[in-house]
Amino acid sequence: MVRPTRVTNVLRAQREAAGLTQADLASRIGVTRQTLIAIEQGRYSPTLELAFQIARVLGVRLDDVFHYPED
Amino acid sequence: MGYAERNVWSGLVTSVVVLGVYLALIAPQFGDRPVGEIAWQWPMALCILGGIVATIVLSILWGIVAGMRDPNEKHRSDIRDRDIERMGDRVGRAFTVIGGLAALVLAMTDAEPFWIGHAIFLGFFLSALLGGVAQVIAYRRGLV
Repeated sequence: MVRPTRVTNVLRAQREAAGLTQADLASRIGVTRQTLIAIEQGRYSPTLELAFQIARVLGVRLDDVFHYPED
Repeated sequence: MGYAERNVWSGLVTSVVVLGVYLALIAPQFGDRPVGEIAWQWPMALCILGGIVATIVLSILWGIVAGMRDPNEKHRSDIRDRDIERMGDRVGRAFTVIGGLAALVLAMTDAEPFWIGHAIFLGFFLSALLGGVAQVIAYRRGLV
């Protein structure tokens, strides 16, 4: 049911660097604050579209926020 | 706790309460007469209907209380809620199918309508219960 993901993120750090609260960012990407918290804590992998929206709002590249480890 | 998770909890709580009420109505009749003489149809129909209404009412009341505690609370679901709902539906669907198949076999073997009805009812209940539990786990532990 809950499968592990190797995708990690530094969303919280990037959000704080952009001066946004969780509520601000959640509102701008059209999700609830609970969902943003789940993404920051690695409990939910966003869709590719949502990940791009997050990066765009933060003004950074996708891989500045989300990381996938080298094998 | 968000809007959609509250609704899942409301469904879970009422499912368990409804089953308890139904068993309390039916259990006293069980054993002292043939199952064909047990009046189960109306209690079951009323419990199913009551469960649906109770889920809606509980969700609304819980939403009002949550809104009073946090006026910025958004009463809507998002993509994660829909992903979790789909996963819960997938988990629950298996039990609806098992209940339906059990009812089919019982009908083929000329079983009492009591057993056919209860096979389907049990399938519905397990579907709601386990689908809901799967969703709560996904909200709490993650869906990745």
